[in-house]
Amino acid sequence: MKTAIPDPTVDDPRVRPELILGGNDFTTVTDKVAGLVERPRPPRAWYVAFAVSLALTGVLVAMIGYLVFTGVGVWGLNNPVGWGFDITNFVFWVGIGHAGTLISAILFLFRQKWRTSINRFAEAMTIFAVVCAGLFPAIHVGRIWLAWWLFPLPNQQQVWPNFRSPLLWDVFAVSSYMFVSLMFWYMGMIPDLATLRDRAKTKVRQIVYGIFSLGWRGSNRQWHRYERAYLLLAALATPLVVSVHSVVSFDFAASQLPGWHTTVFPPYFVAGAIFSGFAMVMMLIIPARQYFGLKDIVTMRHLDNMSKIILATGSMVGFAYAIEFFMAWYSGNPYEMFTFLNRALGPYSWAYWIMVSCNVLTPQLFWFKKLRGSIPVLFVASILINVGMWFERFVIIVTSLSRDFLPGSWLSYTPTYVEILTFAGSFGLFFTLFLLFVRYLPMVAMAEVKSVMPQAHLEEGVHKGLGDYWGDMPQQHGEQGGHHRGGKS
Amino acid sequence: MTAAQKHSGAPDHGAAPMAGTGIFGLLAEFQTVPQLMAAAEKVRDAGYTHWDSHTPFPVHGLSDAMGLKPTRLPYVVLAGGLTGGTVGLAMQWWMNAIDYPLIISGKPLFSIPANIPVMFELTVLCAAIGAFLGMLVMNGLPALYHPLLTNDRFRRATADRFFISIEADDPKFDAERTAGFLRSLGSSAVEEVRG
Repeated sequence: MKTAIPDPTVDDPRVRPELILGGNDFTTVTDKVAGLVERPRPPRAWYVAFAVSLALTGVLVAMIGYLVFTGVGVWGLNNPVGWGFDITNFVFWVGIGHAGTLISAILFLFRQKWRTSINRFAEAMTIFAVVCAGLFPAIHVGRIWLAWWLFPLPNQQQVWPNFRSPLLWDVFAVSSYMFVSLMFWYMGMIPDLATLRDRAKTKVRQIVYGIFSLGWRGSNRQWHRYERAYLLLAALATPLVVSVHSVVSFDFAASQLPGWHTTVFPPYFVAGAIFSGFAMVMMLIIPARQYFGLKDIVTMRHLDNMSKIILATGSMVGFAYAIEFFMAWYSGNPYEMFTFLNRALGPYSWAYWIMVSCNVLTPQLFWFKKLRGSIPVLFVASILINVGMWFERFVIIVTSLSRDFLPGSWLSYTPTYVEILTFAGSFGLFFTLFLLFVRYLPMVAMAEVKSVMPQAHLEEGVHKGLGDYWGDMPQQHGEQGGHHRGGKS
Repeated sequence: MTAAQKHSGAPDHGAAPMAGTGIFGLLAEFQTVPQLMAAAEKVRDAGYTHWDSHTPFPVHGLSDAMGLKPTRLPYVVLAGGLTGGTVGLAMQWWMNAIDYPLIISGKPLFSIPANIPVMFELTVLCAAIGAFLGMLVMNGLPALYHPLLTNDRFRRATADRFFISIEADDPKFDAERTAGFLRSLGSSAVEEVRG
């Protein structure tokens, strides 16, 4: 605590830099995070952002209403191009969600303690992104009132869905993902909701936070099981998140279409999902840490680490693009070869090159430490990556569908204003939910952040020194006690 | 400590325990993790059984210091996962091969590989539900009332203070002696909680 290292992004392997800066202790962390929710009024910027988001959500509702009352003809889809903006948006939003689970579950299993500052935020992003994602398959089915046929529910025709279809796998994957993410997010929030309950100054807050904190008392017998449940949920969410985008990729890979029918799709989609999701976390957290005074908690080190992950996953995505071309050539299949040449040089080549420049070139900036430390560069890069990842899905879907085997069945696709506004409206929904979240719920996992502060450990030196980073106690608290390595962290 | 003073003057939310006829137990406050840890070991060694520590975050090593046994929660999760996997596979077999046989591309009515994804998702889903609900039920949550939650000092147990509570129904509990014992452990405040 005494000497905060000025640049927390410098990794001196002999000293573990502190994760939380600014000489904070448990009291100040609680005051800072809970204070954001407790202040009577959010900043003016919040109202402006909320009004814009709500208006866009209104546009979304209006466009969906128009679609439902008129039919899918209001979209620009045609016979070969049966998927356009709808499925592009679906894959885009599901992908965004994946970074949240990566931060909350996979980094937890890898014991990356820095994740505690951003995991709540990222998990919230996951939930809201999956809400937006789930919307598109539901509205693209045509007769929306029959969307429940997607689920194996008894119906008047006494027909069950076809479980060999990747589209049905997708229904199960995405809905399981939604439920598991929601449980993980909520469970992580229970102790923090209890903090808000205990600090509540008004009856309403006390009752509402009291109900949602379920009577949590921070008892160690409770924590004991809670931590085990958290570890198990993380261990379950990890294969789940990998499976979700793999299954999404099966929607394409299990078909016969050139450009879709490839085995590289599952890992390629998962890497792309994490890539885009991290960019979205970055895009959201940069203004949030600025406006909400969270710079000590979400430090430059966090942004630095995230940009390294973006660089790694972005390069994987770039590698996958190259491999696709190589495999098309190596397969000797003229249709495959044509599809890829058509992507790079055909009528949608503009979209292809937006994709390549945003997804492959932009993250290469992050090789340079100076650029990783520049907020404007990080912010602009994260927006470009999101644009690029949306175009990636657009390119995959539209180029393959619009020109498949027979030139006689080719047709190009142009979205209508309804599709474009629906897409814009989904951002409105996403940001509306997000703004409500930062207003009413603790956006930093207070309990988790406290547990990685040096004061949380038996000896202050353990955390900073050469000792075990994981802060497990040296064997000095009781004869029987010490032998079992604090275990489950 | 300045923060402590600031906070202790703060809200009063009907602190008077009205319902209580008896005593729930004693609540001892500690300022730091090492103090709590040392105290928890002593309480454990003194042979108390109906007691608990309360911390704003999970303190590593505290379960050992309290002498807690590993939780049986993983078995609940395993049971959830097995249920999900079995039900998932059986559902697909019954729906696509028995109740409404679907011939797709001339493939067998039932074959494991095509049914793996849905089975997997349901395994994870049910195991996760097991972990979440199992944790809540084993922890006695949701609980809309608990005597400790009526104590004003205890409000900081979710912020920045550490507590040990010893319940009155502990066989070794004695209001006078236990209070003295807790004070001797370095507690900054020992209070009676009415239940």
